[in-house]
Amino acid sequence: MKEEIIIAGFGGQGVLSMGKILAYGALMNGSEVTWMPAYGPEQRGGTANVTVIVSDKPISSPIVDSYDTAVILNQQSLDKFESKVKPGGTLIYDPYGIHRPPTRTDITIVPVNATDEAIALGNSKTYNMLLLGALLKVRNLIPDEAIIRGLEKTLPERHHHLIPLNREAIDRGKKLVK
Amino acid sequence: MELQDIIKPENKIYERPHLLLDVNTHYCPGCSHGVVHKLIAEVIAELGLEDCAVGVAPVGCAVFAYNYIDIDWIEAAHGRAPAIATAASRLWPENVVFTYQGDGDLAAIGTAETIHAANRGEDIVIVFINNAIYGMTGGQMAPTTLLGQKTATTPYGRRADLNGYPLKISDILAGLDGTCYVTRQTVHTPAAVRKTKAALKKAFLNAKAKHGTSVVEVVSTCNSGWKMSPADSNKWMQEHMTAKYPLGDLKDIENAHIQ
Amino acid sequence: MEEIKLMKGNEAIAHAAIRYGFDGYFGYPITPQSEVLETLEALMPWETTGMVVLQAESEVAAINMVYGGASTGKKVMTSSSSPGVSLKQEGISYIAGAELPALIINVMRGGPGLGTIQPSQADYFQATKGGGHGDYHLIVLSPATVQEMVDFVGLGMDLAFKYRTPAMLLADGIVGQMMEKVRLPEFRPRRTDDEVRQQCPWAATGKHGRKKRNVITSLELESAAMEKNNERLQETYRKISENEVRFQEYYTDDAEYLIVAFGTVARIALKAIEEARESGLKIGLLRPITLWPFCSARIAELSKQVKGILTVELNAGQMIEDVRLAVNGSVPVYHYGRMGGMIPTPGEIMDAFKADFPDAVK
Repeated sequence: MKEEIIIAGFGGQGVLSMGKILAYGALMNGSEVTWMPAYGPEQRGGTANVTVIVSDKPISSPIVDSYDTAVILNQQSLDKFESKVKPGGTLIYDPYGIHRPPTRTDITIVPVNATDEAIALGNSKTYNMLLLGALLKVRNLIPDEAIIRGLEKTLPERHHHLIPLNREAIDRGKKLVK
Repeated sequence: MELQDIIKPENKIYERPHLLLDVNTHYCPGCSHGVVHKLIAEVIAELGLEDCAVGVAPVGCAVFAYNYIDIDWIEAAHGRAPAIATAASRLWPENVVFTYQGDGDLAAIGTAETIHAANRGEDIVIVFINNAIYGMTGGQMAPTTLLGQKTATTPYGRRADLNGYPLKISDILAGLDGTCYVTRQTVHTPAAVRKTKAALKKAFLNAKAKHGTSVVEVVSTCNSGWKMSPADSNKWMQEHMTAKYPLGDLKDIENAHIQ
Repeated sequence: MEEIKLMKGNEAIAHAAIRYGFDGYFGYPITPQSEVLETLEALMPWETTGMVVLQAESEVAAINMVYGGASTGKKVMTSSSSPGVSLKQEGISYIAGAELPALIINVMRGGPGLGTIQPSQADYFQATKGGGHGDYHLIVLSPATVQEMVDFVGLGMDLAFKYRTPAMLLADGIVGQMMEKVRLPEFRPRRTDDEVRQQCPWAATGKHGRKKRNVITSLELESAAMEKNNERLQETYRKISENEVRFQEYYTDDAEYLIVAFGTVARIALKAIEEARESGLKIGLLRPITLWPFCSARIAELSKQVKGILTVELNAGQMIEDVRLAVNGSVPVYHYGRMGGMIPTPGEIMDAFKADFPDAVK
């Protein structure tokens, strides 16, 4: 098993931390994993993306030409990465603010109304966990328990009381997949 | 009294400090460096620090300071002695580390290292020889060169509009929270030598007690660079240098780490 | 106890330094490696192992603190990124000249000048050909994984002490910023002061009863004596070249073509090669691990076997000069490079290969 994933959106949407939780979950599940961010000032308001590769064998390149799965959070990232999804791959995107939706017919396209759901939940910080839930529903990469253990590793102890909230967001994210 | 009587051990009233190595000096006759070297050798011996003293030599005339005092030394790159002393002191807290620097080394190329080591309150001694000129490279302008003073690079005298003003760096160092003792002395008379020795002793005791950074500036002469006789140099130093660089303690507190 | 963690290369360096029993770290923040200092400050090793961590006022001060610490026999290091490493060159030359062990880490970003904060390998020349003034070399280790970031902190310092010469860990910004699985080594206790004095009888530790004083200097105004000092250094470099060349090969047994790449780029090239092999292209990969000393002998051997060589680097063509010297004109050697922080994908590497070697795909 090998899954090459890109998560892309605006800085501040939790792109890098979503990738981090995914990566930790993979680690807890005994997989090999690489997490490669587009780093720098991009973290502060511009576009941000992270490539996460999960594999049961050692990973050579952390940089790839195309992706099995793309999780897209804004229009710029959709424009940039839609063509980079491998034929037969998966594109998950949040339709909020998207005025040119994806058009490819050789991949699975999954709209996830995560912004609307986060607003309904009244907690914008759960946004990336909703999308992570959707990703885990569509691509059965890592068991929930490993993800929760990944969350425990990622969050500082003082934030561990937020784990149930995150867990709930992941569950609700799964339900957003039609 | 005959010569044979004079050299009898019971008549000996002064000798070369045992830490001062019996080697030929490379300093010019009349230079202040030799006197200060001797004082440091005496102070280290009298305080019983010869096993734990580590000197950091500069670039400039005193680049070979390590040839004269029988302790461990590190030769620094130009201006970097306080950074080197910082690590040598922090990594061996039981050692007493001092730098020995000229005006170019300390107050021009090494200004950042000097100010930040003193501002961190490193438990070191900085011995600062201010002779207002670059001796080693042949008498060029130093940051401390006086206005009007002729040097190889200010052949018509230092001008404020072209070269800026003489830098009173010890005054700056005295204003930093990390320093516990900043003093300005000379070595041109026996009385002055004794005062400088007392200042060095206090500085080394501060370093041993971990009371912060101590700075001993010695306003010095460079008769070769100034192109004067040693006696005229001493006179010129008293008349001109001490007016710009007044002698005495600029700061003397118990412990810079307790404020 | 060994621990498996997921962390960035830069964070891993900090953990490694503490666990390998380093005595001191001196650094100045610069992207993309500030996590080294940040992680060390957060871990507070002075409370546990006694390691000194200090944010210096500049890269210049930091490397001179390393020079000072190394002069006293302690295990000391600094880290920076390209513009900061340029500032350190004076100090590195002094450390080499005074024959001191130290570890310098460069997590490279694109230049020249202020350049970019994105990854680069454009400091290959600076690292392997001297960098500062005078005839000297650094032992240059090139990590390709976060695990090697950890391992080479230990290896670099061990080699530096073995030969009393500074070692450099030359990483690209990719391996500094990416996270992957890493096995942290068991804690090695720091040497006691007595052990340091025993192991480093040359160091300025304070005499502590030693009869002969120690003077650390790179200065020698007598030309004949200075030439002797240089000859001693060159003898050390000869020994290092004989004993410490390290490299890794993939698919070279039956290779008809060879790609040579270092650092993370070697991993990207490996993926390109694995994909090419599926269509029958017999390409091998040679990854130099020590960039100095360089694996010239092995490249010369392989040049008798292959029809052509492609070097892939995040620069305008630097390592290719060493490859060409090793090959000595026997087969064509081409370069594919991206600059300014751009990173090639496996597909782009293969496109470059096909453009350079059209016969290979006929």
